[in-house]
Amino acid sequence: MACEQCRSQLDAYLDGELAGEQMSAVDAHLRTSPACAADALARVQLKRTTKTAGSRFTPSPEFREKIEKKIGARRPRKWGFGWAVAGALAILLLVGSLISYLETRNLRQQHLFSELADLHVATLASANPVDVVSSDRHTVKPWFQGKIPFTFNLPELQNTDFTLLGGRVTYLGQTPGAHLIYQIRKHQISVFLFPEDLVDWRARSSTAKERAFNLETWSQTGLRYVVFGDASPEDLRSLSALLKAAAQS
Amino acid sequence: MPLFGQIYNFAHWLTQNRDDAEDLVQETYMKALKAFGTFQSGTNFRAWIYRILRNTFLNTRSGKKLAKTVSLDDGENGTVAAATTDSQTPEAILIDRNHQDLLTTALEELPWHFREVLLLCEIEEMSYQEIADTITVPLGTVMSRLSRARAALRANLQQKLRRT
Repeated sequence: MACEQCRSQLDAYLDGELAGEQMSAVDAHLRTSPACAADALARVQLKRTTKTAGSRFTPSPEFREKIEKKIGARRPRKWGFGWAVAGALAILLLVGSLISYLETRNLRQQHLFSELADLHVATLASANPVDVVSSDRHTVKPWFQGKIPFTFNLPELQNTDFTLLGGRVTYLGQTPGAHLIYQIRKHQISVFLFPEDLVDWRARSSTAKERAFNLETWSQTGLRYVVFGDASPEDLRSLSALLKAAAQS
Repeated sequence: MPLFGQIYNFAHWLTQNRDDAEDLVQETYMKALKAFGTFQSGTNFRAWIYRILRNTFLNTRSGKKLAKTVSLDDGENGTVAAATTDSQTPEAILIDRNHQDLLTTALEELPWHFREVLLLCEIEEMSYQEIADTITVPLGTVMSRLSRARAALRANLQQKLRRT
């Protein structure tokens, strides 16, 4: 394959849109052409940065609440059954883990958890879930410098079952925060850190369980920690204890 | 609500302001609710609801104005190769998170029909076929438009990087 031909197919290659044999041909060419490999790297970086820059607008909790009320008000009158089925299908097919906290009392907190569930699911479903890929806390923590308006400590994981997979900048209410991904056995756990004053959390700390997901949240050193995932409550508590100890150090 | 955050983000990029984005999202969900009977089970729900959003936007005054610009500069039969083989070197467009503001501005400056295919591809991670279903154009047009959009974004970024 010539370089020119490779470059004309690079975007489709990186978008996962090439057929198997074309994919293999581009793969093989990239291993032999440093110029094309550099081009591919630049395009990957542009894709990642575009994804981050393009995900900058977040609906306010008030607006989400307003729309939910409107939909809820219309549902029983005309489209009750159809929309319920649509919702069930959509949740199953598209955002199967987008947890509905509609049964809880505090709508504001409920929306925040819903947003975080969305972030967790969307991140794990992404082809590139983390932007800094490292199990070394001394690599991951400095990566966030200048990208988020606070800093934090990460725990030493030696002699534990947890592994740090990496991190990414995320947004809640248009405020940047840190999103770290840990793994224990086959379970991936999201740890979100945001400034405490970003939102009016109902409880200083709490443990909750919604369907398959568990979460732990607490406030420490001016930051709101949310540990979220489908691992067992004991695992989440263990990771939370490590994070709390690290934050105090 | 399924896809609420993503739908809002896309609406904000289309309308360029919060109030209009909220109106657009509200109208989209109301229409989706009303038209759910027309949704064919087994087809792509995401493409369906994004299509409602986009069509609703294109029926607004600002949407109609923008829609007129597409036919003028979107060569449906344009060559993909020509769009992708711009003269920039990879080094010139190697950007990282430190250049995020530049990229945000460059995205805002893109023609809207370039911006929408880029957002659907990069943020929503839609396949080319899903994008084609959403914006109701042939698959080849999606590929061509996406390549042109990326070339335009790279060119714009390169200019901005030279100035910094």
